[in-house]
Amino acid sequence: MDNVTLQHKMKELRNQFPTLNQTVNGRPLVYLDNAATTQKPQRVIDSITEYYTKWNANIHRGAHFLANASTEKFESTRTALAEMLHANFREEIIFTQGSTDSVNMLSTILENEVEEGDEIWVTEMEHHANFVPWQVLAEKKKAVFRYIPMTPSGEWDIDYAKKELGSKAKIVAFNYVSNALGTINPVEELVAIAKNAGAYVVIDGAQAVAHFDINVQALNCDFFLFSAHKMYGPTGLGILWGRKELLEKLPPYRYGGEMIRKVSVRGTTFNDLPFKYEAGTPNIEAVIAFNESISFCKEVGRADMHAHEYFLLKTATEQLKAIDGMTIYADLENKVGVLSFNMEGIHSADIGTLLDQQGIAVRTGHHCTQPLWEKLGTTGSVRASFACYNTPEDVELFIEALKKSVNMLR
Amino acid sequence: MIEQKQQEIIEEFAFFEEWMHKYEHIIELGKEMKGLSDEEKKDDLLVAGCQSKVWLKANLNENGTVHFEADSDAIITRGLVALVVSVFNHETPQEILNANIHFMNDIGLVSNLSQTRSNGLAAMVKQILLYATVFQAQQKSN
Ligand SMILES: Cc1ncc(COP(=O)(O)O)c(C=O)c1O
Repeated sequence: MDNVTLQHKMKELRNQFPTLNQTVNGRPLVYLDNAATTQKPQRVIDSITEYYTKWNANIHRGAHFLANASTEKFESTRTALAEMLHANFREEIIFTQGSTDSVNMLSTILENEVEEGDEIWVTEMEHHANFVPWQVLAEKKKAVFRYIPMTPSGEWDIDYAKKELGSKAKIVAFNYVSNALGTINPVEELVAIAKNAGAYVVIDGAQAVAHFDINVQALNCDFFLFSAHKMYGPTGLGILWGRKELLEKLPPYRYGGEMIRKVSVRGTTFNDLPFKYEAGTPNIEAVIAFNESISFCKEVGRADMHAHEYFLLKTATEQLKAIDGMTIYADLENKVGVLSFNMEGIHSADIGTLLDQQGIAVRTGHHCTQPLWEKLGTTGSVRASFACYNTPEDVELFIEALKKSVNMLR
Repeated sequence: MIEQKQQEIIEEFAFFEEWMHKYEHIIELGKEMKGLSDEEKKDDLLVAGCQSKVWLKANLNENGTVHFEADSDAIITRGLVALVVSVFNHETPQEILNANIHFMNDIGLVSNLSQTRSNGLAAMVKQILLYATVFQAQQKSN
């Protein structure tokens, strides 16, 4: 698709996102905080309303019309997710509360797999959600917590992994795309190294799922996780895919209703997958509405979304470079639409405050990746991140507002 | 008088109609404030709860009033910090503890600033009250 046609297609999408159509501080809202969470298309919002208007009932339980209807809708999202991720079995899809919850679940159920002296690996680029749970697990099990360093250009030092990551490694957990920098990491290469070492491989796909198609079979990982809200879906819902034979073998995470087969005073037997890992009443409306996000991404096409966001990224990057005293982090070719930068002598929080006054929503600070910023010799950045509904006009307004802010601050 | 100082600030800000002018003024205040030396900006003077860092130092003067000095690594925060310090400076611990601090709301800073930023200011005010409590206890025991 040529760029003009693509622009046109994406511009049409914007009408599906009601939150974008408002003013903030008297200015039209320019939403560039998509790496934190994306806005939701009308069909997702409608689905949530419809659920509470028509289908509300607890799933998998009551033998009545509504319970059956909501259960069917709930389970059809699981099927759609299995298809989206190319999972072999739909019961490999576990609903959690988010990426953070998924990692915490994994670091708990993998506990007995780790022995004193084993190594648990992450990278220096991780979101704290995929860093701290592993660090704590390593401490608890007297394992060695190790990490693949990041280069000053914002990429993994994969040679370090080739040299250092060996048979002592028990778990290797890493992000597909960096939330702070937008770097698309060479995950296939690291999976190969980690698998060769015989480790469990966990991929944090939180920043990947809205930008490209995922095939967990081709990735050859053991676990893949992400949050619905970063993929045009509702908050409070996470997806964890895990290999069936592993999920069957590992212990439950939480105990309670739904995840049991039989409970008696003498003992309890647990339910089969996926229910073994879904104790309690789940976020039913989020799961049902997320099916609309899955269809939305499929219909628009992630390749087009990514191409469009990449075009916005490159346009914005070129214009930022023309501003005096600009540092752009990870100015690489292989990136999603995340633009992370600092201005010499200006605190990122000040830029964020003044941009907000002009209706521009960006994120400032460490973006939950403090080790990454320590490596880059600073404490954080201004981050503008693009989604499919952003436009070249958004970029223009952002650059204009940024220049104005910088003038005020200098 | 703390209340009088607050009224003066409110009047000063009532003058600005545009957000830009208001912020330009805050930035100016931030630039003008003497602040702390790099040696003084140590972690033990850090106020918790700010995205940008805020350092706060307090001394009890011989005449029984409190002297505050503060700083921030972000210029807008620095300007806001300057305002807070100007309101509380050279008052007695008793007056500080009795004060009703409302000027931040009145000049539209709390609603205008991001939650994180205003939380930082709230943390700073809390720290100021803590200092005042400690100084008051010292005065009573002397
Ligand atoms: C790479 C990455 N991992 C994990 C998370 C945590 O996601 P959640 O807050 O939805 O649990 C985020 C969110 O910012 C992220 O960007």
